[in-house]
Amino acid sequence: MEWAELQEWADQARQKRKNIRVYCCTSTGCQASNSPAVKKAMDKAVKEANLGTEVQVVSVGCMGFCGQGPIVEVENSQDPNHYRLYEQVTPEQAPSIIKGLQGEIVTATPGNPNHPFFAHQLQIVREHSGQIDPESIEEYLAVGGYQGLHHSLFEMSPEEVVQEITRSGLRGRGGAGFPTGLKWSTVAKMPPGQKYVICNADEGDPGAFMDRSVLESDPHRIIEGMAIAGYAVGADHGYIYVRAEYPLAISRLEKAIKQAKRNNVLGTQIFGSAINFSVEIRVGAGAFVCGEETALIASVSGGRGVPRPRPPYPAVVGLYGKPTLINNVETLGNIAPIITKGADWYASIGTGKSKGTKIFSLTGNVIYNGLIEVPMGITLREIVEEMGGGVPNGGQVKAVQTGGPSGGCIPADQLDISVDYESLSAAGSMMGSGGMVVMDQDTSMVGVAKYYMEFCQEESCGKCIPCRAGTVQMYDLLKKLLAEEATAADLAQLQELCDMVKATSLCGLGQTSPNPVLSTLRYFESEYQDLLQPAMSKV
Amino acid sequence: MKTASQETETKQPQKQPDKRFRVLDVTMKRSQYQQDSLIEVLHKAQEAFGYLEEDVLAYVAKHLKLPLSRVYGVATFYHLFMLKPGGAHTCVVCMGTACYVKGSDKILSNLEKEFQITAGETTADGQVSLVTARCIGACGIAPAIVFDGTVAGQQNSESVSKKLHQWQEEK
Repeated sequence: MEWAELQEWADQARQKRKNIRVYCCTSTGCQASNSPAVKKAMDKAVKEANLGTEVQVVSVGCMGFCGQGPIVEVENSQDPNHYRLYEQVTPEQAPSIIKGLQGEIVTATPGNPNHPFFAHQLQIVREHSGQIDPESIEEYLAVGGYQGLHHSLFEMSPEEVVQEITRSGLRGRGGAGFPTGLKWSTVAKMPPGQKYVICNADEGDPGAFMDRSVLESDPHRIIEGMAIAGYAVGADHGYIYVRAEYPLAISRLEKAIKQAKRNNVLGTQIFGSAINFSVEIRVGAGAFVCGEETALIASVSGGRGVPRPRPPYPAVVGLYGKPTLINNVETLGNIAPIITKGADWYASIGTGKSKGTKIFSLTGNVIYNGLIEVPMGITLREIVEEMGGGVPNGGQVKAVQTGGPSGGCIPADQLDISVDYESLSAAGSMMGSGGMVVMDQDTSMVGVAKYYMEFCQEESCGKCIPCRAGTVQMYDLLKKLLAEEATAADLAQLQELCDMVKATSLCGLGQTSPNPVLSTLRYFESEYQDLLQPAMSKV
Repeated sequence: MKTASQETETKQPQKQPDKRFRVLDVTMKRSQYQQDSLIEVLHKAQEAFGYLEEDVLAYVAKHLKLPLSRVYGVATFYHLFMLKPGGAHTCVVCMGTACYVKGSDKILSNLEKEFQITAGETTADGQVSLVTARCIGACGIAPAIVFDGTVAGQQNSESVSKKLHQWQEEK
């Protein structure tokens, strides 16, 4: 397929779009607040008002404002000023929203699209989320979909693609921040032969849901990113490893893969070139450790998700012993725009060492919660106080937890730090996959540490002793502390265990499991001290 | 002493009319009996049978030519696979960070007290299984509870307990 043909195809898809589009979010968050019924009512209202020729009701992915769902947006391509946003829409309000198009009064609660929650965002990965129907390849083509893949296949050599990604400064969005270009070039440099691409969609961090949202809102984007990656590193087969807890993401991915195959953007001889790339879905079965790349490989091959020592890294010896490229969902979501808009454009966003944007799921004790995509280098204060609107009921922010069970808590007096890989690590936390939980003055920090430790000891796979036994002991000590039965000796032992588990565990789960304890000890030691009991005098 | 696979062979004739085994056969055939499709097959088995009974595990092991120990090892490693039958209804309490901060732990402990079961168990009348999940990714509407596969957001102890009582009265 020539470039011109692809453009024509996109034009045809665009012509199918009607002037007025009513977007109804049907992602998991809004579905839980009855959005499918809202969508049905909207369709009915359009039919009744005989507006079927001008108005199109579109079921779209996440718009990010999950806490106020179901969300409905109205956009008029002929009149950019006629943009409306409604929150907490009920099916009964549907007719009034449709009548509102003709200037009548709308009963639905209007939202404010200029609210800082939206205004501070810069959307790259989520640019089409909430603007297109995730279950239609034509909708994706209409917004320029698969042009990055076409461009890389016909205009660039695999080396040039790898160079472009390297120059963009993109780093792994799974949390550790390994330079993506370096990973790609490692796999690309391996001798030709069978290689694999794996998309890591095992988003196990409690409090994080950006990967789910990207897969539910724009599945084709991830498929395109994987296909570009496959071309760049010389792999002809890819797997998407998704959590079983995300049934909607799985069904939308399945549809997207079918459509892509049917339209020759996946499979053999993509776009008529000599390149083959196919994608298969593998469903996880509930194990946090499977987010670790070597455990993930074990799980994709149908076994227990148990990690193995690295090196050799999967880029050298991976799935079935072949070189394997493993990237997180959000990392792959950045690939297509880097190819279409160029590495320089991408590198101009963000800070010195952290380029581009990062999606966070802002949750916990905060007024406006949901998904935000912000440029790196924004401060935590901007996110929590301006975008999130601060703590409800006049409460105070006590700490912000980032990075899930591997991360840490950042206290309120450090909210002015810049959000990038290095600053967060220096503050004793980490970027992590993007969970950001705001905690107010009533939250017990020792309780939070215990919560994460309970998580880690349950999720430890049991292969290595430090993690298997250490997390249980640390959990018991934290329980003892909270029951006000612990002495200074117990606290010293807890600290010792933290250092030991961190230094000697086999994989990232164990190595980072003490982080929530260490960071709360660092900033909120008084809370630990207050729980201590005087040591019993020896008789 | 019989091996597990011999046991299934002896059980086979009785199981033949069971349509649910046919679902398994179709799934395994589709993956060309490849051993790395084990997790997928177990998912399908649990969908068809509700839980993974021992003869189902043995049946899968035999057809994928895997030792039963490996199949059992995988089934016990992952949280989603259940080796015991569940109740008629399932209530999943999300224990993700956002839900925890907003009080899902209190919802859970109240349910445990009120229905006298601990998480992972089923009520004596077999109506309700109480399960916890690590995070269902619906943090925007915390605390979230899943009633029989349908996610409900912004729940509290009263609303959940009301729903569970409704289920119990359905008998």
